[in-house]
Amino acid sequence: MTKLNATRRQFFGLAAGGAAALTVPQDLQAQVATKARIVIIGAGAGGTALANRLMKRLDGAEITLLDPRVQHLYQPGLSLVAAGLKPADYVTSLTADWLPSGVTLIPERAAAIDPEAKTVATDSGKALGYDFLVVAPGLVLDHDAIEGFSLDMVGQNGIGALYAGPDYAAKTWQAASKLTEEGGVGLFTRPETEMKCAGAPLKHTFLIDDIAKRAGNGGKIDVQYAAPQGALFGVPIVAEKVRMLFGDRGIDSHLRHTLKSIDAGAKRARFATPEGEVEMGYDYLHVVPPQRAPDVIRQSGLSWADKWTDQGWVECDKATLRHLRYPEIWALGDVAGVPKGKTAASVKWQVPVVEDGLVSAIAGTEPRETYNGYTSCPMITRVGRAMLVEFDYQNNLVPSFPGIIAPLEELWISWLMKEVALKATYNAMLRGRA
Amino acid sequence: MKDMTFGTLIAVFEEIFGRGVFWAMVFVALLVTLTYFYVLIRDRAISWQKFLLAQLSMPIGAIAAVWFVMVVTNSRLANLGGPIDLIVFLGVALGGAIGMAILVYTVQSLFSDPRRLGDKS
Repeated sequence: MTKLNATRRQFFGLAAGGAAALTVPQDLQAQVATKARIVIIGAGAGGTALANRLMKRLDGAEITLLDPRVQHLYQPGLSLVAAGLKPADYVTSLTADWLPSGVTLIPERAAAIDPEAKTVATDSGKALGYDFLVVAPGLVLDHDAIEGFSLDMVGQNGIGALYAGPDYAAKTWQAASKLTEEGGVGLFTRPETEMKCAGAPLKHTFLIDDIAKRAGNGGKIDVQYAAPQGALFGVPIVAEKVRMLFGDRGIDSHLRHTLKSIDAGAKRARFATPEGEVEMGYDYLHVVPPQRAPDVIRQSGLSWADKWTDQGWVECDKATLRHLRYPEIWALGDVAGVPKGKTAASVKWQVPVVEDGLVSAIAGTEPRETYNGYTSCPMITRVGRAMLVEFDYQNNLVPSFPGIIAPLEELWISWLMKEVALKATYNAMLRGRA
Repeated sequence: MKDMTFGTLIAVFEEIFGRGVFWAMVFVALLVTLTYFYVLIRDRAISWQKFLLAQLSMPIGAIAAVWFVMVVTNSRLANLGGPIDLIVFLGVALGGAIGMAILVYTVQSLFSDPRRLGDKS
């Protein structure tokens, strides 16, 4: 064997140098000095990530966030909670813990926005003037739109509603687990409006079906999926794949079925269809209500006048997310009136665009970043497998790992990403580091 | 994945394990590796006797690593669905095997008398 002649000191010196090289901070962009007043409505995924990034880019800006919620919700985890795979507290943390020092968090709701006078009024009547406004309040779940349904029913009599929050997601599992043990008809729905993570109703269907089959109760369940749209997913190539998977699992689909009302006592759900009303019985019903922009957006005149008029999403350029009539306003996250993009992954792509637009507006330079509609959905198809579906405005698949992770294959690695890496990446995004 | 830089990866790993645990793990891994190189340099030779035991311990490391990943991620072997899954699976097993071998070799070397190495290796 060749003798190694390096001295101990040389060796450890080299090792220490290597370790030091690994910990050198990433190159930071030069800070822009400004006295701008920036108001961000909403401290969810978008608002928090943006605040962290702006603090790094701007020197001297006065950044104020408005959000009454004490809890921050990691919403991509709700479908895991609703399948009994994670506890409710898996998705909760404190809003304030994610915010950088130097920003002001006002724990109130935005009650009114005056885009002409450039002011935001809070619940308590405080008026905040702004030079730049970012609207990122999320969306509102319109549970009242389903006649006969209210949130206090969730968890009982076979009713689930996982979108409503961590506790409701846990109660959803209570109701759904009964189906997986005792069998019966599982009826899974989605709304006709735009919605956050359009894959989640499908994931819930796949997971509950798989858990029942794993428990040996596959012969006792009858899984039905009802959707108002004409396809199982908005992206045609993905819709086809889901159709094939449904066929493989024996899941029946009912397209152009819009859930209108339920009779919880009789366990019957009524749907509007092109052929008239249809009633279906269930032992377990998953309700996903219509989703809309918060009232304050619609009342302040920021919404599209000719698109999504029943939903009120913010009128903005789909590439820059800048408001089309008020150039000092940007929309971010669920509330943005763009054709896709109501997922946490989209927020990750949108935040740098809004950051670039805002910093460029302050610095008087041309923005360079644009949003292409990137939306991602680790579509869980069973416990232990998922498809990493990523697409853009044009319904093109835009895989992050082409040739390595096939987008339309059910893979373990895609499940691992959802299970292990997704929350970590999300948290890193919140801190402005991913 | 947008902007998948080294910094992003570090941030993600810090979030997976927690900053303290992650850097503690990196520290332990570096320490074991450095100690391994240290004993190699100190002894100026590989002890094939120790290497044999290290090799025998490799399957245990591989199984332990796979078991750990499966339990932590609610997975089972039947979930492997494509070539990349097999590569990841084998990567986990290989990582566990090599890690265990290095650990076993290093521990043996540290606790044996270096002067006896030359003749018996």
